Amino acid sequence: MAAVLRIPTVLRPAMGGASVVTVEGATVGEVLAKLAIDYPQIKGQLLNDDGSLHRFLNVYVNDDDVRYLGGTDATIANDDEITLLPAVAGGAAE
Amino acid sequence: MLTLSEAQRDQILATCVRALPDEGCGLLLCSPEGDVVEVIPSDNVAHSARIYEIDSRVLLRAYRRADDEGLVVGGVFHSHTHSAAYPSPTDVAQAPDPTWHYVLVSLKEPEPELRSYRVADAVVQEEPVHVVDVH
Repeated sequence: MAAVLRIPTVLRPAMGGASVVTVEGATVGEVLAKLAIDYPQIKGQLLNDDGSLHRFLNVYVNDDDVRYLGGTDATIANDDEITLLPAVAGGAAE
Repeated sequence: MLTLSEAQRDQILATCVRALPDEGCGLLLCSPEGDVVEVIPSDNVAHSARIYEIDSRVLLRAYRRADDEGLVVGGVFHSHTHSAAYPSPTDVAQAPDPTWHYVLVSLKEPEPELRSYRVADAVVQEEPVHVVDVH
């Protein structure tokens, strides 16, 4: 399946600068695993060592958070739009 | 430098006060030059007085709007309910973008304090905040 991947500005420098790329894969996990190979410097931001979705990465397929679609097992159809959204988070000093 | 209108500043402060006792948070939609176009409040999905996390649905909508309108998501604000308006080690470690404005609101004292920072390679630099009266 060929899907469109939208890349937020914060990840663009590490991914060649493009805002939108076409990716191949049957599931979100396959797409992320391929990205981790193509862009090893962001691998640690995408997936945990066991292949599960990183705690601080949100992935949307079209308008849906993949955590509610089976996580990395979420399937992708042709022309789906996948968006990577690193979490924006922080905390106060103890 | 961060320039805010009075209305934008008030919206940031109101979002943080409304979130009490939790930390409040939101995004800054900016022009490509870094001027704040709109303050976008978010729920703190961490629901905590110690940490914050922007609702990913708010992030998604903000990035889509930015792409559609030639704008950028150019910053984030959050409150510290019991500490100073200075980025914590966690804030610095999780600051993703050196081009962003990192706005901190301290609600420790009766009078809220708003400060803004840039964070690049874990180095924190405060930037001046100018609040302009737009009528």
